[in-house]
Amino acid sequence: MSVDSKTVKKIASLARIHMDDAEVEALVPELNNILGWVEQLGEVDVSGVEPMTAVIPNTLRMRDDIVDADPLTAGGVRDKVLANAPVAEHGFFGVPKVIE
Amino acid sequence: MTESTYRIQGATGDWEVVIGLEVHAQITSNAKLFSGASTEFGAEPNTQVSLVDAAMPGMLPVPNQECVRQAVRTGLALNAEIHKYSRFDRKNYFYADLPQGYQISQLYHPIVGEGVIEVALDEKDPDSEVRQIGVERIHIEQDAGKLMHDQHPTMSYVDLNRSGVALMEIVSRPDMRSPVEAGAYVKKLRSILRYVGSCDGNMEQGSMRADVNVSVRKPGEEFGTRTETKNVNSVRFVQQVIEIEANRQVDVLEAGGEIVQETRLYDPDRNETRSMRSKEDAHDYRYFPDPDLLPLELTDDFIADCKASLPELPDAKRKRYESELGLTAYNAAVLTAEAETARAFEVLLKETAAKQGKADTEVATQVANWSLSIAPGVQKALEVTADHENNTPAANAAILAMVSGGSVSGGQAKEIYEIVLKTGRDAEEIADTEGLKQTSDTGAIEAEIEKILETNADKVEQYKAGKDKLFGFFVGQTMKAMKGKANPQIVNELLRKKLD
Repeated sequence: MSVDSKTVKKIASLARIHMDDAEVEALVPELNNILGWVEQLGEVDVSGVEPMTAVIPNTLRMRDDIVDADPLTAGGVRDKVLANAPVAEHGFFGVPKVIE
Repeated sequence: MTESTYRIQGATGDWEVVIGLEVHAQITSNAKLFSGASTEFGAEPNTQVSLVDAAMPGMLPVPNQECVRQAVRTGLALNAEIHKYSRFDRKNYFYADLPQGYQISQLYHPIVGEGVIEVALDEKDPDSEVRQIGVERIHIEQDAGKLMHDQHPTMSYVDLNRSGVALMEIVSRPDMRSPVEAGAYVKKLRSILRYVGSCDGNMEQGSMRADVNVSVRKPGEEFGTRTETKNVNSVRFVQQVIEIEANRQVDVLEAGGEIVQETRLYDPDRNETRSMRSKEDAHDYRYFPDPDLLPLELTDDFIADCKASLPELPDAKRKRYESELGLTAYNAAVLTAEAETARAFEVLLKETAAKQGKADTEVATQVANWSLSIAPGVQKALEVTADHENNTPAANAAILAMVSGGSVSGGQAKEIYEIVLKTGRDAEEIADTEGLKQTSDTGAIEAEIEKILETNADKVEQYKAGKDKLFGFFVGQTMKAMKGKANPQIVNELLRKKLD
């Protein structure tokens, strides 16, 4: 698998990253280099081997259904949430008008 | 025309409509899917947003076990396969209501696999056609925030209170063929979710919304290209979208055009769907497994607990009401369509049976008729709802016991119930003090009958000579003499004895 400049431009646009043509041209061989390494990994026969999701065997931890149990992941922090917003009015974020 | 042959009549002949629905149901939980912030509806903007929900750098999602449990219970209620191994993926797109820049969802390994919903086209008609609608999968995902466009001339406002609330996406097979069928599917699904308690089914508040996939084809041909109309939030709108979209597609095809696979938006004010051009890249979500979350692995014990916690579901309940309680198919269907109706019925049934010292089966029909027609009629006239504070099971059971015992007539029962609702007074006390009782005192009734027969000797002769209709006259006279308070059954019996 490899990418051309058109694909790179599309990915950049989907990720909302601006790139000029020179940057795109520079990135094409870089990305293809990475894809080449990944393809090389594909040469190893892993049939019958379970995919590994973590180096240390671990299970997903879950939380109890309790509101604001841990202050670090609790609500009620509107000022903090809005602190970095370029525009905040009446408790809302203000963004350029997006309407269908 | 029956529903199985719903067709759009085009210039080139009949077209069949093929419908699939993706229903997004908000999972009932106190806290959000990956944070401790509250899910309560209607709070001040951005007051129920944690740093996780606002996607602040370094925050990690930790799943809420209750949301997982509710999704599994829902899957079990649809007889679906529960996947002991599932995992979360990132669905990448940019929008102002999505602070993460991706939605955590489950594309490759959803938590619930194939199931089925049995749908009667008219749930209140026991003889209506029944369809099996396939459910392809259910997965868990995060909801996005809410945008408001009409508060400021040049800006949209963003409220993230809904951001991160847990949703189940319930994806049907393209098994539906008419708007009525799709409407019945949504209603049945909502009923099941409410029974299970995994979603409140409140479409007005957006707890349930549907993406409607529609395509058309000539009967027997391959599926046509489909369009997807997003975020349709009522059963009526789902049906309208299908009609408009199917007709639009037929017009396009018959004019020699092609259907583009695209996302559309429904505008209820204009009753039309239109293309959402901004979502052109919408299908380029670049999904990949979320590296912040390990796979979700369920134990057999967890699934067994979920199963054990399921209540009796509407189909089973309906069948039991018919077979065990001896209710009519219509009554059983109406009483079980909504969980709240069934719950109220069962409470009153227990109360009534206890009050009268009878078995459930002996009073079931009385309670069903009272609950479905008499009580709602009185409530409607008084403009109160069933959850009115004076509408207690004890009061209802007391009235029904008096009716069964013969001390109160059907009409008097309604009057007593009306006073109960208005004042909260005791039903038996009302019957006594307001004179809302009929007498079954045979002596008193007999005395009146004697007098009436004496003063109307001529009519007695005519009756005995064969003028049967006069029986009604004697009943009327007796009731009048008793000021309407005589038990009509006893009046009838006594008159027959005297005259025949």
